[in-house]
Amino acid sequence: MIQILTTYGGLLLTAMGQTLLLALCGLFFACILGLIFGLLSVVKNRACNIISIIFVDAIRGVPMIVLAYFIYFGIPYLLNTIMGFGGVTLSALQAGTICLALNCGAYMAEIIRAGIESVDKGQMEAARSLGLPYWRAMFRVVLPQAIRTMIPSIINQFIITLKDTSILSVIGFPELVNTAKNVVANSFMSFQVWAIVAVMYLIVITILSVLAKQMERRLNRGRE
Amino acid sequence: MAVNKNNVKIHVSHLKKNFGNLEVLKDVSADIHEGEVVVILGPSGSGKSTFLRCLNRLEEITGGEVIVDGHDLTDKKTNINKVRENVGMVFQHFNLFNNLNVMGNMMLAPTELKKATKAEAKENALRLLNRVGLADKAEAYPAQLSGGQKQRVAIARALAMNPDIMLFDEPTSALDPEMVGEVLQVMKQLASEGMTMVVVTHEIGFAREVASRVIFMEGGYIVEEGTPDEVINHPKQPRTIDFLSKVL
Repeated sequence: MIQILTTYGGLLLTAMGQTLLLALCGLFFACILGLIFGLLSVVKNRACNIISIIFVDAIRGVPMIVLAYFIYFGIPYLLNTIMGFGGVTLSALQAGTICLALNCGAYMAEIIRAGIESVDKGQMEAARSLGLPYWRAMFRVVLPQAIRTMIPSIINQFIITLKDTSILSVIGFPELVNTAKNVVANSFMSFQVWAIVAVMYLIVITILSVLAKQMERRLNRGRE
Repeated sequence: MAVNKNNVKIHVSHLKKNFGNLEVLKDVSADIHEGEVVVILGPSGSGKSTFLRCLNRLEEITGGEVIVDGHDLTDKKTNINKVRENVGMVFQHFNLFNNLNVMGNMMLAPTELKKATKAEAKENALRLLNRVGLADKAEAYPAQLSGGQKQRVAIARALAMNPDIMLFDEPTSALDPEMVGEVLQVMKQLASEGMTMVVVTHEIGFAREVASRVIFMEGGYIVEEGTPDEVINHPKQPRTIDFLSKVL
């Protein structure tokens, strides 16, 4: 175990850094997508609602590993070979980010929709009755209240997404699982390597959970 | 309490409102003049709240005409937000913004809509809070207030936009009995200052004392209207008599 840590510790730590980088990129765009599609699902416009439903259901209905292959291999093939653009390439980080953003974004959209719907509709009515336009009422009154109820679900989704980065080892992104596989191939010490990797995930996710709890408590302070 | 009969603030003619197949308002016409306090009475399901909510288009209008301060609410080109700035509304369940403290509730619309600078809005908010007797609650959050206090803040919040007209949708129905008085007191004061008010309520005492006109609604129609003395003390329609016999 010590030998693994001294020989491959740095490599695994770098890989954890790559995992976090990928998760962060994915989550950033997932939040944007989630907000857009979440809002599209609550506005009083049938077409917007349907667009949101299609997006969420399509992403939910496809396993992420398929999505990853589709984006990393399928899209460039479509553009270059079928449509003849040529020279379009996606790096593993780009493809991974898109994949995570779409996948997590769909679940975020559902969380945001449920959060907005949990806010009493009297809040929107009161804001509108004062003359505030719909979107200002949404951003100043409804969303701030929705976010407070959404925080536990959002954090849960962040943790799931962080773990889902491991799936992106299949497109060759040098995140933790992919790197660990190579370390195992070199060292043959499966038990030790995978135990270390598991503990590394555990530590990062525990830290994230604790931070999340603190943030939740701060947001709720004085407003009960 | 001078009613200016020459100035019609709200003109409603042949208003209809359907929810799907349910006809809630069948044919309602009324003129409300500057400085009038119109109290709407009626059994639940009579359409009185829906009528009130059509006056600032919180409900889409199915048919007929509603003109508020010269703006036709059924016209798609009317900027409804501009009309609403002039028409305050107070709700049964207060609907204070739970994410903001009392000051935040009072300042949000005036500052967002560029009606006042932050400093002006704050000054105005404090003056209004003083008026409703809650200056010491400026920093409190809605969850820390009693029902009566919440409703008084809600009235002050609506007044912060300097409206010409105030709509009250059963403002005391969700209150504990001992808190009804403090809210009615604020409303009486407002009426005495000449505010044009439309009030849906079950408080017959308030209607008798403050209303310049009482409208009795049932089944989506106005059944009877007149002075409080005419409608409450000497009702002519059997349905008004029946209703009053149950609530008085």
